[in-house]
Amino acid sequence: MRTFLAIVWRDLILGVRASGGAALSAAFFALILILAPFGLGPGPSTLQAAAPGLFWMAALLSTLLGLERIVQPDSEDGTIDLIRMSPLPLELSALAKIIAHWLTSGLILTVLAPLLAPLLNLSFAAAPVLALSLLLGTPALSAIGTAMAALGSSVQRGGMVLALLALPLNIPFLIFGASAVASAQAGEDPTQALLLLGAASLIAVLVGTIAAAAALRIGDE
Amino acid sequence: MRLTGEALAALRGERVVFRNVGLALGPGEALALHGPNGCGKTTLLRVIAGLLGLMAGRLALLADDGSPLADEDRDRAIHFVGHQDQVRPQLRVAETLAFHAALLGAPRDAVTPALAAWGLAELQGHSAALLSAGQRRRLSLARLSLQQRPLWLLDEPMTALDAASRQRLLAACKAHLGQGGMIVAATHEPFIDGARVLTLGVRA
Repeated sequence: MRTFLAIVWRDLILGVRASGGAALSAAFFALILILAPFGLGPGPSTLQAAAPGLFWMAALLSTLLGLERIVQPDSEDGTIDLIRMSPLPLELSALAKIIAHWLTSGLILTVLAPLLAPLLNLSFAAAPVLALSLLLGTPALSAIGTAMAALGSSVQRGGMVLALLALPLNIPFLIFGASAVASAQAGEDPTQALLLLGAASLIAVLVGTIAAAAALRIGDE
Repeated sequence: MRLTGEALAALRGERVVFRNVGLALGPGEALALHGPNGCGKTTLLRVIAGLLGLMAGRLALLADDGSPLADEDRDRAIHFVGHQDQVRPQLRVAETLAFHAALLGAPRDAVTPALAAWGLAELQGHSAALLSAGQRRRLSLARLSLQQRPLWLLDEPMTALDAASRQRLLAACKAHLGQGGMIVAATHEPFIDGARVLTLGVRA
């Protein structure tokens, strides 16, 4: 447990202190949403209709930003060897990395999104659903991203490759997440979409953890 | 504890880096790996550490009763210090070693004495970004002092170390051997007196 927390804590510190970490991801998210009214025009109905999709697209893109720093620096400086040789099962080490990434990306976006909701004229009723959908869905983005980062850790400057690999797997979460917010905005009950999002996210975290550990294990062969 | 290997061969990518290598090491013994760049010294160390698979041969770390150790016990019996430094510029010196201690399962209060033993006590609050190459090297080596482990695997441990630090490393190695430990070190320079030498890669 101590080793697990040590990995989370250390990746958290690195995510906050390193350039390209939490701050960049949050700023990128906010910038997309701040720029949207300028690009789409200020018509309240246009913005309102586009808001659920825009929020989720921004979340998806800004979580892609931090992927390169999850595994690659550790594999370059040999820290991954220490992690592989530590008594903690590699699956739990991978989970610790996923959690640390989520704390420095998804969690921040979840808090930020309702604050930015008025910018896009998102209805008052939909804002809590937006936050809830991000809370449920972004762990999946971190898990898929970490698995891809572990796979791509041997590729130099693999950021672009990672983004391309992770993107298609992230699309279902974009669809479920945006549709939950859209249905709340249309006055419908979003429970079903949120449940589906949560279930898919749970599966992604589980599979992502196992896949990331497997990728770390073979990373060196 | 003993380390034995017979007819070892390993691949790096598509290339066979060494084949037909044998080694045997008992308590209090050191083995120096010599050979030109690319001859497989690092690969052999990673194989012993369990980080890389073998292409052929048998390798075992044997407990005192002669039975081979399981993978988890092997991980707990080895200190592996690779040729990279495992030091991130964003972390402080003490934070770095505390993280290593947590990964090893070493007690938290071993961190401060280990830093002192490697001459890093005054630097512990500093950011690792400010360390020189030799100081970073010492910070990686400091984890040898966090916890007693029978087998040390050292990859180019002397790199970037000044004369005093080399003496400190040699003294630590001698003390380790004196307590019945084992060392396998890849090195280009003469290392420990009395260490056996395994020269790899007289290339065909």
